[in-house]
Amino acid sequence: MNDKTVNQKAWLLVLPVLALVAFSAVIPLMTVVNYSVQDTFGNNQFFPAGLEWFEELLASDRMWNALGRQVAFSAIILAIEVPLGVFIALNMPKRGAWASVCLVLMSLPLLIPWNVVGTIWQIFGRVDIGLLGATLAELGIDYNYTQDFYAAWATVIVMDVWHWTSLVALLGYAGLQSIPDAYYQAAKIDQASRWAVFRYIELPKMSGVLMIAILLRFMDSFMIYTEPFVVTGGGPGNDTTFLSIDLVKMALGQFDLGPAAAFSLMYFLVILLVSWVFYTVMTTMDAREGRK
Amino acid sequence: MAWMAWTTETAIFFGVIAALLATFTFLAIRFPETPRTGVLGIETTRGDRLFITLLGSAFINLAWLALSGAPQPWALAICLVYAAAVFRWV
Repeated sequence: MNDKTVNQKAWLLVLPVLALVAFSAVIPLMTVVNYSVQDTFGNNQFFPAGLEWFEELLASDRMWNALGRQVAFSAIILAIEVPLGVFIALNMPKRGAWASVCLVLMSLPLLIPWNVVGTIWQIFGRVDIGLLGATLAELGIDYNYTQDFYAAWATVIVMDVWHWTSLVALLGYAGLQSIPDAYYQAAKIDQASRWAVFRYIELPKMSGVLMIAILLRFMDSFMIYTEPFVVTGGGPGNDTTFLSIDLVKMALGQFDLGPAAAFSLMYFLVILLVSWVFYTVMTTMDAREGRK
Repeated sequence: MAWMAWTTETAIFFGVIAALLATFTFLAIRFPETPRTGVLGIETTRGDRLFITLLGSAFINLAWLALSGAPQPWALAICLVYAAAVFRWV
């Protein structure tokens, strides 16, 4: 590990990125911090508000409810997408023409833009003209995502599973492809069961890419905006108002810049914490792998 | 800079963070160190511990604001204790 030469001049090569990030992220974020301790009625006039917005938001149900819905959403889609993705990856053909066909078919949902996915499901689920909605209505199932809590949640979850399970499956598939045949041959000689092969060969070899898949899916789902916004608009009531949707309502709908800034800072802190935990777990796992 | 809506408090806040980053960069160059493994079971350098301190302090401040009702500067005192603990044991 340590036989690489150290050359601190390489940091100079990072400078352009640093400048770009400062311009696109750090300075706007600093502005958000400034907004969060002030009140404004537009016109770029600000009045000091101290920590009032933070206090107000922490004491109100609005942010906690949105956070609760957000955590529930991320937990549910991870609990479905990760096992399902692994299952699909295990059952995909390893080589030949069908492998390519599978890969292309699996990638298709990933290529569709978020708002198009939202529109597809918005129409697909409609009771009057949508295939899914109409079929369910014919079967006598009471399904209306604009009015019913469970229908709305089922729709946004199934939509996300449809859109993103492929990502987990493709990453898992890549992990599986990197396992040399010798491992399977050794397992065969030992007469290992299918479960043992999965548990002691495939899962450990996939764990690295699966961590990345979980991180990506958690981040994306935790920041999800477009799809539920297009399909349910956060409704019925506030039932599918996730953090981003609530934040946009606050910042652009009500133009409450101060509270919205405080809200986004707390949102950012949670994301920063989770990213750090994931990053640390991943690097620690890599380091252990390297020592073996 | 007017569009950034600066206040004295936020300017001091960012000034302190910038000073901390500069100090730790200087320390890292002047006194290189090897990472150590602490109570969390992960390898950390001084920079990692600073990050853990700052992120934790943000949550301590929010929790104080939400739960205590006492003046906010007391939260900073807890943060200092927390910082000392992080630098000692993590």
